[in-house]
Amino acid sequence: MKEFNCIGCPRGCLLRVEEENGEFTVSGNSCENGRKFAISEMTEPKRTICSTVKTVFADVPVLPVRVSADIPKDRIFDVMREINSVTLDKRISGGDAVIENVLDLGVDVISTSNILNEHIYIKTEGK
Amino acid sequence: MFDYDVTVIGGGPAGLAAAISAHDNGAKALVIEREERLGGMLKQCIHDGFGLSRFGERLAGPEYVERFMTELYKRNIDAMLRTFVTRVEKLPDGFCVVTVNGEGLKKIYTKTLVLATGCRERTAKQVFIHGTRPAGVFTAGTAQHFTNRLGVMPTKRCVILGSGDIGLIMARRLTLEGAEVLGVYEINPTPSGLTRNIHQCLYDYDIPLYLSHTVTRVFGADRLEAVEICEVDENLRPIKGTEKRVECDALIVSVGLIPENELAESIGVSLDGHTGGPVCDGQLMTSVPGVFSCGNALHVNDLVDFVSASGEEAGKNAALFAAKSQRRVNINIGGEFLYLVPQQLDLEADNSKITFYFRSKKVLGKSTLRLKVDGAEVWKRRYPLLRPPEMQQLVLDMNKFGISESSDVRFEIEVAE
Repeated sequence: MKEFNCIGCPRGCLLRVEEENGEFTVSGNSCENGRKFAISEMTEPKRTICSTVKTVFADVPVLPVRVSADIPKDRIFDVMREINSVTLDKRISGGDAVIENVLDLGVDVISTSNILNEHIYIKTEGK
Repeated sequence: MFDYDVTVIGGGPAGLAAAISAHDNGAKALVIEREERLGGMLKQCIHDGFGLSRFGERLAGPEYVERFMTELYKRNIDAMLRTFVTRVEKLPDGFCVVTVNGEGLKKIYTKTLVLATGCRERTAKQVFIHGTRPAGVFTAGTAQHFTNRLGVMPTKRCVILGSGDIGLIMARRLTLEGAEVLGVYEINPTPSGLTRNIHQCLYDYDIPLYLSHTVTRVFGADRLEAVEICEVDENLRPIKGTEKRVECDALIVSVGLIPENELAESIGVSLDGHTGGPVCDGQLMTSVPGVFSCGNALHVNDLVDFVSASGEEAGKNAALFAAKSQRRVNINIGGEFLYLVPQQLDLEADNSKITFYFRSKKVLGKSTLRLKVDGAEVWKRRYPLLRPPEMQQLVLDMNKFGISESSDVRFEIEVAE
């Protein structure tokens, strides 16, 4: 039997997984996501990563990014190397891809902020 | 004569939600923000996990807060950026907010105020670390600002003091960017961050967590060279003879957050010693009529979803505020609580849907939360586990318990042996 905490939400349920003839029995979870996470941890652990990419713009030296879906846990540092090789020279929007299909993993590295192309919003009507 | 119905001080997640909700309830609203951009601390919280309860999605901090910024822009709500509030004056029927920015000094007249000023990090000096004052001692939030906003690595090899969530998040972030995180040292016997962050930020990256340990001294002239680590006893006092020197170029301190309420205090708002935030009624109005509080200024939250919810509540009630007499009754708490918010009820208000937030003082096993009015139990709920890092939320109809001004209203937690 293996025990570990779920990382799906702040509740952090203590999951217990029993394996018998390749079948997994999960207990301790409070939702379906917990069961899925437990089985994924036993078979092919996945994680998300959030980071930043360098830009050429002085006002925004780095832009926050994340992977569009979870990636295999053992490829985290490979993907980080790809993310750190980028220097962005376009003012892209939140949700736009920075790297498409990174390392053929079937996920994109996407921007998580509009900071590069947001109009400066300053409006004052007070006396 | 008033410029605004509702003036919100602070443009982070609480303030944005407050301004939007004030506007949607018919008020002319203004947001005042001291930084050059709205969004508050979430601008630098690039990790994901925000918005699970509100949007059912795992968003990065900027994604979450920019949704609210978009809503603000759509409504054309006024926002003053790079603007600092220096003083608030109470008027007979409202407030005068004195601001300063690049255009100079300005007075803004408003009927109500929403304080969404957030919180501040406790610093190394506030946890009594001795020694020299070299560069390289950062709060976790400062390290996060360097890494995520400026793109500058603050360390190559560091020690993290305190297992608060920002410290754990930064342990992972710095590791991803190639720094060596030697360990997270927590003075308490239990971690202070969320369980899932212990797992996904430390265990995933083989970063050791040392409980009942603290940093007692820093070494270095210009730049930090090493720290002294000590084990602590059950009274959290360093144990002589356990000192160990650890070579590192940075000490990152994640030892708690303190609600920021200097402005609130300056206009006579009473604070709660347990939360560090204002004493509020069920409508999130402080002890000063017309002044509302929300977000981390009210109490330190662990989820931004709750911050937004309290902002919406405060903004709505500020919009609907009409000066009238109040009949307030205190809500008392037993010794098992770290705190409970709100701390009072206004019996003149509609209390049919009051949201309470609370934390236990210690890790408690199977427990029962009871609400008693004049000693008689009127409501209860069971909890399998209560941990101080995990805030609990509950919504109650407080109209139905026959509470009067002279009632003794009390929440108690009873632990099953």
